[in-house]
Amino acid sequence: MSARSAIAVLAVLAVVGLLTFGLLSKGSSGLALGEAAPASPLPRLEGGGSGSVADYRGRWVLVNFWASWCVPCREEAPALESFQRRHADADFTVLGIDSRDLSGDGRAFVERFGLTYPQLRDGDGDAAGEFGTTGVPENFLVDPRGKVRLLVRGPVSEEYLDRYVAPLLPGGRS
Amino acid sequence: MRARTLLVPLLTALALLAPAGGAMAATPQTSVSEVSSEVMCPVCGTLLELAESPQAKRQKVFIARLVAQGRTKEQIKDALVVEYGTEVLALPQGSGFDLSAYLVPVIAFAIAVIALAIGVLRWRRAGDPPRGEGSPLATAPSDADSERLDADLARYDL
Repeated sequence: MSARSAIAVLAVLAVVGLLTFGLLSKGSSGLALGEAAPASPLPRLEGGGSGSVADYRGRWVLVNFWASWCVPCREEAPALESFQRRHADADFTVLGIDSRDLSGDGRAFVERFGLTYPQLRDGDGDAAGEFGTTGVPENFLVDPRGKVRLLVRGPVSEEYLDRYVAPLLPGGRS
Repeated sequence: MRARTLLVPLLTALALLAPAGGAMAATPQTSVSEVSSEVMCPVCGTLLELAESPQAKRQKVFIARLVAQGRTKEQIKDALVVEYGTEVLALPQGSGFDLSAYLVPVIAFAIAVIALAIGVLRWRRAGDPPRGEGSPLATAPSDADSERLDADLARYDL
């Protein structure tokens, strides 16, 4: 094989490689049930410092991705807060992640709906990408070992939480 | 008297300039549309100036607030980076890996120009008639060729 042929083959391989990489990286989808939930640290929405899903290892965590500009998020926020008030203890918490949102708007949202569960901030959307979300709101129920047990792409209602999430919690509470 | 003559216009000028300086502090340094043409809507994945999503509208309100405060375009872009990360910038930064976005096209253009120049030179050389002893232009026709040429010309001699 001449030098010119070798260069041409290498060029074609490089183009094919780039296209393959592009397709694979674009097609990387989100979490599947049973997989470990991403635990990258994120800044807290209020009060400074950082937090992570890993901080709640040993407890059930309902990770809720939301944003203040998202209308369905406003509709589900009261249901999440109500569920939190009824179930929050040493074994369970809702963990809000404000994604691709202005921090001031996010804090105003928390205040407006009186949300008492912990809130993290995902301004650049990296955490949402790690979870493979396709939008907001999305909810992931993470078990005490850090594995995803349930995921909901879209808003959850109080009825849904009582029917599908509560039975999984210790004692099958509702 | 002369000092007083100079002092009056000087003080008048200062008095006129003072309010202008104060007003300049509140004068917008940039506009929403100018900033929007250089930043992304993180949710839509398009330039903010083209986006109409609820998130984009909130982002434009945020920019408008900073414009009203007299912030410069760079200050506003910095504030957006704090909120959304560097991916909010539509234009690559001029440092680190992002610098390659500016360098690669320049280098590629330079390589293309050099390759074109080499190609043109080779093409011109290939098109030139060979020179030297073996060249038909460099050798005189033989006697036989001269006779045949004269004969051919004589046939066309009208």
